[in-house]
Amino acid sequence: MSAPTQIQSERRVLRTISGNKGLQIEEPLIFEQGMKGRSGVDLPAVPPHKDRLGALKRKSDIGLPGLSEPQVVRHYTKLSQKNYAIDMGVYPLGSCTMKHNPRLNEKVARLPGIGDLHPMQPISTVQGALELIDQLAHWLKTLTNMPAVAMSPAAGAHGELCGIMTIRAALLAKGDARKRILVPESAHGTNPATAAACGYEVDPVPADDRGRVDLAAFKAKLGPDVAGTMITNPNTCGLFENDIIDIADAIHEIGGYFYCDGANFNAIVGRVRPGDLGIDAMHINLHKTFSTPHGGGGPGSGPVVLSAALAPYAPVPYVVHGANGFDLVERNGSAFGRLKGFHGQMGMFVRALAYMMSHGSDGLRQASGDAVLNANYILAGLKDEMTPAFPGTCMHEALFNDEFLDGTDVTTLDFAKAMIDEGYHPMTMYFPLVVHGALLMEPTETESKDGLDRYIEVVKGLAKRAKAGDAAYFKGAPYHTPRRRLDETLAARQPVLRWKPEAPKKAAE
Amino acid sequence: MRYLPLTEEDRRAMLAAIGVQSVDALYSDVPQTVHLTKPVDLPGFKSELEVERHIGALASKNLGTGSCPSFLGAGAYRHHIPASVDHLIQRGEFLTSYTPYQPEVTQGTLQYLFEFQTQVALLTGMDVANASMYDGATATCEAVTMANRVTRRSRAVLSGGLHPHYREVIETHGKFTGFEVTAAPADAKGAEDLSRLIDAKTSCVVVQNPSFFGHVHDLSDLAKVCHDAGALLVVAVTEVVSLGLVTPPGEMGADIVTAEGQSLGVPLSFGGPYVGLFATRDKFIRQMPGRLTGQTVDVDGKRGWVLTLSTREQHIRREKATSNICTNSGLCALAFNIHLTLLGEAGLTKLAELNHATASRLADRLSAIPGVTLFNETLFNEFTLALPKPATEVVEALARKRILGGVPVSRLYPGDASLANLLLVAATETVSDEDIAAYEAALKEVLR
Repeated sequence: MSAPTQIQSERRVLRTISGNKGLQIEEPLIFEQGMKGRSGVDLPAVPPHKDRLGALKRKSDIGLPGLSEPQVVRHYTKLSQKNYAIDMGVYPLGSCTMKHNPRLNEKVARLPGIGDLHPMQPISTVQGALELIDQLAHWLKTLTNMPAVAMSPAAGAHGELCGIMTIRAALLAKGDARKRILVPESAHGTNPATAAACGYEVDPVPADDRGRVDLAAFKAKLGPDVAGTMITNPNTCGLFENDIIDIADAIHEIGGYFYCDGANFNAIVGRVRPGDLGIDAMHINLHKTFSTPHGGGGPGSGPVVLSAALAPYAPVPYVVHGANGFDLVERNGSAFGRLKGFHGQMGMFVRALAYMMSHGSDGLRQASGDAVLNANYILAGLKDEMTPAFPGTCMHEALFNDEFLDGTDVTTLDFAKAMIDEGYHPMTMYFPLVVHGALLMEPTETESKDGLDRYIEVVKGLAKRAKAGDAAYFKGAPYHTPRRRLDETLAARQPVLRWKPEAPKKAAE
Repeated sequence: MRYLPLTEEDRRAMLAAIGVQSVDALYSDVPQTVHLTKPVDLPGFKSELEVERHIGALASKNLGTGSCPSFLGAGAYRHHIPASVDHLIQRGEFLTSYTPYQPEVTQGTLQYLFEFQTQVALLTGMDVANASMYDGATATCEAVTMANRVTRRSRAVLSGGLHPHYREVIETHGKFTGFEVTAAPADAKGAEDLSRLIDAKTSCVVVQNPSFFGHVHDLSDLAKVCHDAGALLVVAVTEVVSLGLVTPPGEMGADIVTAEGQSLGVPLSFGGPYVGLFATRDKFIRQMPGRLTGQTVDVDGKRGWVLTLSTREQHIRREKATSNICTNSGLCALAFNIHLTLLGEAGLTKLAELNHATASRLADRLSAIPGVTLFNETLFNEFTLALPKPATEVVEALARKRILGGVPVSRLYPGDASLANLLLVAATETVSDEDIAAYEAALKEVLR
């Protein structure tokens, strides 16, 4: 018996005339639907005026298609139906913290007086906005026990830049820029990319056999040319770095600084404060921990909390509270300068504050506990059928290696693609790099016990199926998606990065 | 707590299945001295109604641009956003999806990013565009670091017509990452000559069009000077609607075009989140920062899209990546994409004409007021006025009359007395004839 052949023949029988499959509807590009002169927006007549464009008036067509409003609404509705989303089910992408996005947050971000505020209005007309930023800053500083926070970074990686530049500014102020930054091999790719972008040599630190930073190897690499270290805690293996206080002491002893990648803060909110661990700077992904929507890849927001040692080197702008209310310091002659246009991701600040207030201090602590509980429930449920990368319990994400697939001819990628057909977004694959064929699952606190039970049953079932020798099934998956496996090699070898009109056919032929 | 599905009974059953006594036991790797045993000192949970009230009260302390005549620009513009834009971007399948790393279940995101890349390339007159950056300022900074890589040089020349925030972001990166920045002085009159600053070390020249002060420039000659010197021309556009009416940078010889895309589909939101546009020539594709969506086929031969050329990116290339950017501005790119699709060629052209007409009429009216001088021979929807007194005072006085009259140049160039009386004034399609009349009357009164 051969499952793929059977499936393929079934597909042939069921082929439709349109190419559509029920609710899966094919949708061309807007450029293939447009008509010249049509528009989905009605605008008033242009009044008479003096032309002040000089000789710079556009002479050529832009080439944009024209669609009416109903066509546009259908186009994007159909596109949306080709996506998986946290609104649809478990989205266990490890390291990404895909949690529920409350719609209250969307509502308050759009309130008049927030959504329609211009960044350059007189300060007297934006007192409520500055107060809101100040309140969010207070929550972030309290939850981390850090004295200062730079609000402007636009995302996690931007926060990393902010943190490493702050460290560089502090070292330069002492006349000692230094050369190296120690980064564990298990780090997110953004960490070494950030350190390198700031002119540092990236010195990798190996993991020990418990999935933590190898403390002895770390200490052996320390020297007077080390500017600092970038460590994720809990780390990308989903484990708490239990030597973290020793690591902090050691880096401070040689005059370096401790940058913490806060991508996994969701595991410890309200339970562990990074400031108590000796951290000097940490970005907080508001789009992970505090639930501002991921939006298909952004926008994010990555405020960076800073220790007293680094606070004087923070970027502008920042909010202060004076005798006449709130003020915004947009220039202070500090060593850092500016990292981003305007004042930061206000739309995300509002959403994050609404999220935090909704939970409250007790609710945030409950949420992190539930996130860790859910991950451990998955780990416990799957540990007999799959192979956990490390023994013991985990924090907010459960990490497996691909040993359980040994001899099956099924890869981590194949396994992930089979999950898609079961109605789940796959876990993070092949990350962290320190674990072979890694499968990293982060359920977050959003999932119910029932939902996790079903998820565990499905994943176990797939593991059993792989072990039963059904590799061909996995190689062909997914079968039930708008598109099946896509040729990524072709995309990279012959890049087609935009639509172009087809060259007109020669008339005589 | 309304967002947490687990009940106490669930938690007990789950702990039993795991084989531990309590959730605290799962934190056993945390050193005892730092493990908090009770909630931190912050308020307790609040209902939806309470949160709405709290944030509503903060919002009511602000004067929104939607509730008064507003003439603010300087890199962020109030435009009318068609209702369907916000409705569509709030579909959960867009809003709550992640970066499209699994293309079989994210064809929706990938297709709109492919359309977005095409729209940006068409608007700017360039070959290719990426799937977005954080904002115009950071996109422009990425253009400089890309130019440094392409030319293997390390000195950027910045026009005095470049938005000061863009300049400051580039200066910050130069300082910490090791490239040199030569910034020309503020060019309020639009008369600078950058050619004397360009030499054999120059990697790129960065200009803004229309400039920060509103002037519209023909950049063709500057492009030639750059190319003769082996440098790239980077053109930043802070008002992307201008591209509906103004010759695109790609037709004037630009090598990289960056833009702030906020004007299409994205609310002002006090400065963010916005969406950075980044476009360049085909020959530089492999030096580009950020994500790229590419067309391919699936195993059944059907057209589809994937993220591609990721060997440039941090998650593959780590310390050798072209940029450290990861999360960008996906949902704002979608809003841009939808708004521009609704407009189409005819709609964008007309929208740009309306903006120009409104600003031109406003410039006529305001510059006729005694003591007020218009600095611009050319403009799109923004211009610089010289007032008979400090612009900050005037703007504050206008705000007391519930008119947001513009951005004092001194807010972005503090300490330069020669710029203290200059005011940047923008007018988009949202400005009515009544708004213009109200502004004219109020300004006369304030200057009296």
